[in-house]
Amino acid sequence: MSVFKLFLRRIMPQLITLALVVGLIAIMFPGFFDISIANGRLYGSPIDILNRGAPVALLAIGMTLVIATGGIDLSVGAVMAICGAMAAWGITEGYGLGLTLMMALAAGLACGLWNGLLVAVLGIQPIVATLILMVAGRGIAQLITEGAILTFNHEGLIFFGSGSLFTIPTPIIIAIVTGALVTLIVRRSALGMLIEAIGINLRASTLAGVNTRVLLIAVYMASGLCAALAGVIAAADIRGADANNAGLWLELDAILAVVIGGTSLLGGRFSLIASLIGALIIQAINTGILLSGFPPEFNLIIKAVIILVILVLQSPTIRTMVIFLSPAPVSAAETEKQAVNQ
Amino acid sequence: MPQSDASQPLLRARGVRKIFPGTIALDGVDFSLEAGEVHALLGENGAGKSTLIKCLTGAYRRDGGDILLEGARIDPKGTLDAQAYGIGTVYQEVNLLPNLSVAENLSLGHQPTRFGMISGRRMNADAREVLAHYGLDIDVTRTLDSYSVAVQQVIAIARAVTLSGKVLILDEPTASLDSHEVKMLFDVVRSLKARGLGIVFISHFLDQIFEISDRLTVLRNGQLVGTEVTGEVDRVRLINMMLGRELEQEVRSHGKHHAAAGEPRLSFNGFGRKGSIESFDLSIHAGEVVGVAGLLGSGRTETAEVLFGVAQHDSGEARQDGTVLSLTNSRQAIKAGFGFCPEDRKTDGVIADLTVRENIALALQARIGWMRRIPDREQKAMANDYIRKLDIRTPDAEKPVGLLSGGNQQKVMLARWLVTNPSFLILDEPTRGIDVGAHAEIIRLIEELCAEGMSLLVISSELEELVAYSHRVIVVRDRHHVAELVGDEITTDNMVRAIAAPEREAVN
Repeated sequence: MSVFKLFLRRIMPQLITLALVVGLIAIMFPGFFDISIANGRLYGSPIDILNRGAPVALLAIGMTLVIATGGIDLSVGAVMAICGAMAAWGITEGYGLGLTLMMALAAGLACGLWNGLLVAVLGIQPIVATLILMVAGRGIAQLITEGAILTFNHEGLIFFGSGSLFTIPTPIIIAIVTGALVTLIVRRSALGMLIEAIGINLRASTLAGVNTRVLLIAVYMASGLCAALAGVIAAADIRGADANNAGLWLELDAILAVVIGGTSLLGGRFSLIASLIGALIIQAINTGILLSGFPPEFNLIIKAVIILVILVLQSPTIRTMVIFLSPAPVSAAETEKQAVNQ
Repeated sequence: MPQSDASQPLLRARGVRKIFPGTIALDGVDFSLEAGEVHALLGENGAGKSTLIKCLTGAYRRDGGDILLEGARIDPKGTLDAQAYGIGTVYQEVNLLPNLSVAENLSLGHQPTRFGMISGRRMNADAREVLAHYGLDIDVTRTLDSYSVAVQQVIAIARAVTLSGKVLILDEPTASLDSHEVKMLFDVVRSLKARGLGIVFISHFLDQIFEISDRLTVLRNGQLVGTEVTGEVDRVRLINMMLGRELEQEVRSHGKHHAAAGEPRLSFNGFGRKGSIESFDLSIHAGEVVGVAGLLGSGRTETAEVLFGVAQHDSGEARQDGTVLSLTNSRQAIKAGFGFCPEDRKTDGVIADLTVRENIALALQARIGWMRRIPDREQKAMANDYIRKLDIRTPDAEKPVGLLSGGNQQKVMLARWLVTNPSFLILDEPTRGIDVGAHAEIIRLIEELCAEGMSLLVISSELEELVAYSHRVIVVRDRHHVAELVGDEITTDNMVRAIAAPEREAVN
């Protein structure tokens, strides 16, 4: 029970922020919560947020693990383009759905392996190491698509972008399943603790016998795999691979999702759930701005202001100020804690 | 320019105290520096040298005591403030801007201007003139990093003297210089001394201290051991002052002759690493404590790192119970049942943000692999067990270990290895920087572990401590294992003599 309470306390700021953002949209756009079913699929703004947010949510899963080790992966947007191109190429070449998906995911893993080797074996700073693939990745994707937007019409592949299962759009299911699976693996095994140990103190972890090199490579590969899933979804959604625009700037949204989720960019303690909520907050803001009917040229500025407010509210300085100014809820929490201890 | 009241020392510290959580870094230290004097400051790691310097320059707020400059009380708020008072500091790693020119580095912050613009010509001329005083005739328009560390060091000194001009503090300036460069640096120091500056010189090279300093002050465990005129102390006495021997032999009472019987558990033959530690032979029996004595930088930590595979050995072989052991990385060492508590707990030891429980479970978890997570219940039981056994002072096992005091962090480190049930445990300075109570407990623990049959290698700069628990002591000097003392030979006197050997040979 107390473990659950600690968990709840950890993700509370993110939950409150999400509720505030959604509430704000609902005020400005009263029909926000209307959900309907058509053609065996759910429709409505909340579903749209989840659906559109799925790629960033997937990227945020991998990004959380990478950031927890004290690293960063700038290449995920480009890896999305590579894997999307791979999927489109495989399906148009007639390799069949299963093989095509495997090739796309393998491409993501290979990209992660490359990043991981640069960081863990050659000791290049993560931001520089992954910048290489961020720049080169779109070139690789263009080579695969041969410079054109490679379109396809394979129902099986399209299903991953715009299909639905039990009325729920496929991207949402993929993101939720991936999130749950990774959380389970990381927290049920010792991976989570070892990753945090590496992020907090790499040298001490190595001296304690943690296989830091392999673990570092593993988190970058996990990030590559998540980017591959996101890339397949993005390509399937538009029924084509656009090497130049698929996943463009999404690495920044993914990093932002992790930061909003409260994981320090310096590495260490992380929460996948909080990062996923962070991704939802970003997408809710995007959708909200579109719904509210502001002229589109304001979109980026409004988004920036909202995110700035969120981050300022989460900053440790502000937090201590808030705690200082409002002693009541804190003391309540303290007495609660004492009660638990006794 | 330097001027001083004849009756007053140039710089004087009276009863300076500095307290860090869990440890007293400086305990009422007195220090005085005359004008025209080179005053060496000595002590092992953690003795309080750099803390004293930081208190003098205002980098730390002191918790007590006075600082007097030419008889007047001063209270520098930071290094800039200290500079304004006339106290300049030059550190081991040159803290100038390597990508700017020499002249820019010298004048940074007070560049000569002409019509509101920086006058490059005057800046360069000024720089050339300043450096001429130091016997440096170099192209001042080239970037700083195009010159050797020694030249950069002199430029840093020139800048500090230009800006401050009364007191110059040199914090291990010679650590990365070769002998020729040291000579050049010393010429500069002598000329500054002749100009009447007071110079504080920190180094752990005893030869250099004997060569350059007029007086020396020794600190140990945050306390003043004494101030002496350099010409009046010999090397043995100095090492005694640094390492301490007040307790003398009386602690050595236990019957410690049982070990060293039969086949050794571990034997290292010709083990070594180029540029780090010369090849050595070492064998360790079950239930034996081997002590390692030596000064800072003598190769004692390097010995531990080579044994544990942190630094890969490039000669020799290791055998465990007669069979050859591969030790190319620490994971292999851990697999062979080794454990290692490093000297620098903060950077190499504890994972500050993880809880006490996680820190204790870490090494065991790493050994059994990430797939088989030690269940929370077991982790908790393990942690609580050792919190009780080692008397770790923490409210509970879920407290981040970084919030504990140094001694308790050290116990957590010990617990981390003890849960892996090692057969061979290496402790590098296990009692450094921890309070007296915890100190005694750790020594008691070492004795218990050895009684249970564990083999230990303990590195310590506290010689009495080594006398108290070691069955054998290896003495390390200049990256060589120079002596091995067994049984009754283990006395602080013998250790000090072995550590100080060069002068003894010269004297006898």
